[in-house]
Amino acid sequence: MAEGLQITKIQQSPEIIVLGPPSVFRTHGKELSSRFRSLRPWESPLPLAQFLAAQAQNTQAALCSGTFSLSAAVLDNLPSLRLVVTTSAGVNHIDLSECRRRGIAVANAATIFSADVADLAVGLLLDVLRKISAGNRYVKNGFWPKQGAYPLGFKLGGKQVGIVGLGSIGLEIAKRLEAFGCAISYYSRNKKPSVSYVFYPHLRKLAATSDILVVCCALTEQTHHMIDRGVLLALGKEGVIVNIARGAVVDEKELVACLQQGEIGGAGLDVFENEPHVPKELFELENVVLSPHFGVFTEESFGDLYELMCGNLEAFFSNKPLLSLVSEE
Amino acid sequence: MVGVAKLVVMDPKGRLVSGGSSAKTGIMQKSIKESTKMLATLVRRAKSQPPITLTCNLLHISQLISTHPLHHNFSTTTRAPPPSAAAKMEAVGVLMMCPMNNYLEQELDKRFKLFRYWTQPKQREFLAQHAEAIRAVVGNATAGASAEVIDALPKLEIVSSFSVGLDKIDLIKCKEKGIRVTNTPDVLTEDVADLAIGLMLAVLRRICECDKYVRSGAWKFGDFKLTTKFSGKRVGIIGLGRIGLAIAKRAEAFDCPISYYSRSEKPNTNYKYYGNLIELASNCDILVVACALTPETTHIVNREVIDALGPKGVLINIGRGPHVDEPELVSALVEGRLGGAGLDVFEKEPEVPEQLFGLDNVVLLPHVGSGTIETRKAMADLVLGNLEAHFANKPLLTPVV
Repeated sequence: MAEGLQITKIQQSPEIIVLGPPSVFRTHGKELSSRFRSLRPWESPLPLAQFLAAQAQNTQAALCSGTFSLSAAVLDNLPSLRLVVTTSAGVNHIDLSECRRRGIAVANAATIFSADVADLAVGLLLDVLRKISAGNRYVKNGFWPKQGAYPLGFKLGGKQVGIVGLGSIGLEIAKRLEAFGCAISYYSRNKKPSVSYVFYPHLRKLAATSDILVVCCALTEQTHHMIDRGVLLALGKEGVIVNIARGAVVDEKELVACLQQGEIGGAGLDVFENEPHVPKELFELENVVLSPHFGVFTEESFGDLYELMCGNLEAFFSNKPLLSLVSEE
Repeated sequence: MVGVAKLVVMDPKGRLVSGGSSAKTGIMQKSIKESTKMLATLVRRAKSQPPITLTCNLLHISQLISTHPLHHNFSTTTRAPPPSAAAKMEAVGVLMMCPMNNYLEQELDKRFKLFRYWTQPKQREFLAQHAEAIRAVVGNATAGASAEVIDALPKLEIVSSFSVGLDKIDLIKCKEKGIRVTNTPDVLTEDVADLAIGLMLAVLRRICECDKYVRSGAWKFGDFKLTTKFSGKRVGIIGLGRIGLAIAKRAEAFDCPISYYSRSEKPNTNYKYYGNLIELASNCDILVVACALTPETTHIVNREVIDALGPKGVLINIGRGPHVDEPELVSALVEGRLGGAGLDVFEKEPEVPEQLFGLDNVVLLPHVGSGTIETRKAMADLVLGNLEAHFANKPLLTPVV
């Protein structure tokens, strides 16, 4: 009797296709699979296209990582798809116009990560200016008694911070850095009338007047390699750049060259153009702090993300409004 | 100093000569009238004794001494004609206790007669030999003016510390002897507070470990593990002075609830006060030491406090090493009874317990709280400014005593 009920329960669980897989699936995969029947292509020897053709023709919802390229070709093999839930805030990996054309709704992680990403941006910045990772290495290598005092760092207070992209994350960063006594200005597609920060309609001008540039914008065709050599040179020899957005917003080759040549003062980087590949020239530099795209990798955020994803999926399957629908813009 | 003569009597080896009830250490401070009388006595006595040195800081008495043929070694701290202010200061002996800042050292060398304590192999003899000349000591968090040093420098008038902490200065002795003391408050408040937050982020978000992870190429083989969110964590501050308040202001911007422990509750703050440090430690996620080091606050973070903070708690120390019972801290971290630590200071700098080196939940820094180019220059300028004010008889900029 109990067995019968169990089988019915499983049959009633809605089906989702998991693409990536997203990191949150590693930590919450079991719970997720108890609420939804999850198709897991990476467990199959079949190449993705064939797997989808064989298994996912009736699947209506997909759970997608932030790095999985959800292209038209993939969508071709998911004819019944009506919803994509991505575990990232960014949607640059999804062919949005194709989704729109096919009537597929997209939900993302909205602003649940903003605080964590902002925290990391500030953490990377403080690390670069005050040489925290470098100092930690110095002490743990036993150099302090032998080599004496560590070289001085740079003060954060009073510095001019230029934020590239004043969205949810950019605003959280601004709020934090103001408490450190920084002056905030920003570059954005449009001026935000509700904020009092100084607006620069031209990125190079923002860089020229800033001591610190924090990249917080979405990756789109327009923002691809937006931070080029000109912007970096404008930032200047004592300038510091922090990137917690997407690697490709910055021309990585130029960034590496500028750092090597001393054209900019330092960098804190969580993202790279070709992750997990990181230019090895950066490993030799003491004024650079590197992190493995882990801005959102906290227990708290993953827990929040799991709840949000399930919330979106459950809303979808019960014909209720999605929690974090990506609006068409 | 008008109307008072200081006479220092030394034998040819530079040792202070004792004699007479008021001259135990060979130093006499007398009115001019008395000094002239005493001089006459000394001259008489000198006839039957080996040559002695008399120095005097008043011009006309110096001239008196110099005319007498019995005194072979004569030196004076003043010279004729009346010197300009700068020239006068150039003769002022300043003892710098250890290397602390190149700019400060260069400026002290330019403006005063600089003695470098750390270059001397025989420090006791060195002090005795130059005690005459040294009227100021410049110390820092590593070495200041201990009772021993103060006693060896009878001409000491001012101790100017290249730090805000005063734990290396015998303040009671300075007060007794009328020695002025200055420090460097305010100019370093922001940098120290910034570093405290930087350490919190580094520990909770494992930033140093991540940097190491990427540099080692490990990222190619897998993502880093999950870390702990900083925003919203409860921050407990020991000591809500200038630095404690600056830390609170910054942590608030991360939506961290703030609480504190202090000798007394501070008016005009919305932060939660705990009159008991164990209670504070039990009710916060991150505990930061931001109070002055005194006999009362030595080892204030002991085993009980560490236990109250617990296996998920993080300790941040930007105060002084002796605030924390270091062996207890080390064993708590090694055994996992404490969640993590960010330490800028240690009990016996530059020695750091090696058992901490392999822990990825611990971030260690070589006492760099005020270590920025901008702030160290501001601190140096304060030290110089205080010294110049003192020797020009102007009000001190940042006096403590």
